[in-house]
Amino acid sequence: MSELSVNHLLGIKYLKEQDIQLIFETADHFKEVINRSIKKVPSLRDITIANVFFENSTRTKLSFELAEKRLSADVINFSAGQSSVKKGETLIDTVNNILAMKVDMVVMRHPNPGAGIFLSKHVKASIVNAGDGAHEHPTQALLDSYSIREKLGDVAGKNVVIVGDILHSRVALSNIFALKLQGANVKVCGPKTLLPKYIESLGVGVETNLKKALEWCDVANMLRIQNERLDISYFPTTREYTQQYGVNKKLLQSLDKEIVIMHPGPINRGVEITSDVADSKQSIILNQVENGVAIRMAVIYLLASKIK
Amino acid sequence: MSQKVLLSSKEINIILHRLACQLLENHLDFENTVLIGIQPRGIFLAQRLTDILQNDYGVKNINLGFLDITFYRDDFRRGDKTLEANKTKINFLIEDKNVVLIDDVLYTGRSINAALTALQSFGRPLDVELLALIDRRFSRHLPIQPNYRGRQVDAINNEKVKVKWKENEGEDAVYLINTTA
Repeated sequence: MSELSVNHLLGIKYLKEQDIQLIFETADHFKEVINRSIKKVPSLRDITIANVFFENSTRTKLSFELAEKRLSADVINFSAGQSSVKKGETLIDTVNNILAMKVDMVVMRHPNPGAGIFLSKHVKASIVNAGDGAHEHPTQALLDSYSIREKLGDVAGKNVVIVGDILHSRVALSNIFALKLQGANVKVCGPKTLLPKYIESLGVGVETNLKKALEWCDVANMLRIQNERLDISYFPTTREYTQQYGVNKKLLQSLDKEIVIMHPGPINRGVEITSDVADSKQSIILNQVENGVAIRMAVIYLLASKIK
Repeated sequence: MSQKVLLSSKEINIILHRLACQLLENHLDFENTVLIGIQPRGIFLAQRLTDILQNDYGVKNINLGFLDITFYRDDFRRGDKTLEANKTKINFLIEDKNVVLIDDVLYTGRSINAALTALQSFGRPLDVELLALIDRRFSRHLPIQPNYRGRQVDAINNEKVKVKWKENEGEDAVYLINTTA
């Protein structure tokens, strides 16, 4: 297969396994490109991309912008904080105004789940979802799987546990879809209050004991407690959460094997993961960041080649 | 569709040796020269020439690289299909080197144009030469000519020149394929 089955990247849910493989193979080539002394290719010189962020982001926005620039696309940035959204403009109006400036692709982050899907039905542009509420964050899941593939050779058959705030996490949901699609075994682990009620219907296992979960897995993907989304109290104190679900060196050393530690960032050091674990050789956190640029280049390149 | 043999395995072998000798004449010990095969089909030719130079003429340590030009092509989004990339493998700097670009068929010259752009990502070469096994005359879109050519062919636009190598298609042969007849 040489092209994506979709015209937008709205979520992993809409992708086929072959799409993921095509993105990975393309990312391999871009990874070679971004390790050259001149890290830029001219492919997208006639494409304009708008990064529309209705929610805060540091690394995702930087990563997208870098990926776009390394493909030679023209880039415009829009942050809701400084815009007419505050003056009462609707989402479709905002985006159509941007598109009137001849923009071909929109990378959007939005606090509402499904915002990207809604937009893709109403505007003429290729949409890339850079996170929509607690729904999906597809490029993060792609770069996570890509990093597992790079470290362990393959994703299929691997045991992956996602630890932490599963309830509010778009990273968790996209990761579950992506990992299942590639044939990995997935478990989620966290306090019961932070695990969605019907999570098992997605074909994932549930484990509330961190030690047991770590003994089972090859890879542990540690998520941050999303304090900004916690409307009520889901656990007594942060200290208690850390005691139950924080990973530290001692815990890792008590396992009979060496597991891979991942984190999508931003890290709350000393809460879900201690510094000595985050900075250890078992951690591939910074590889994830590097791979993020290659993956986003691949996604944008493949989607842009479908714009006629 | 009809096809005729332009070059047989024996003829290709003679031509490869001639091209190797011509390279040798201009580059002698290859100390400051690098050979770069263009993906996907120029790499077999580049590898063969390297083997001949090393095995038959005792040239040591030839720098051979493979260059993928997909992301530098000028027809992105102009065809129906997504352009698929191949591996680039250049483990040396081309700064101040004599570069020989190698491809199987020189047709419009657009691939070579893309290759020249792509090369810039690896440094500023001293000079760049072009070697092509088949040179399709009268079909150039750009002012690009080979320094070394295997065989010149007059082919019209609905004819296709197909170079086959043992490595990927089980035989060494060059066919002229008429797509309308």
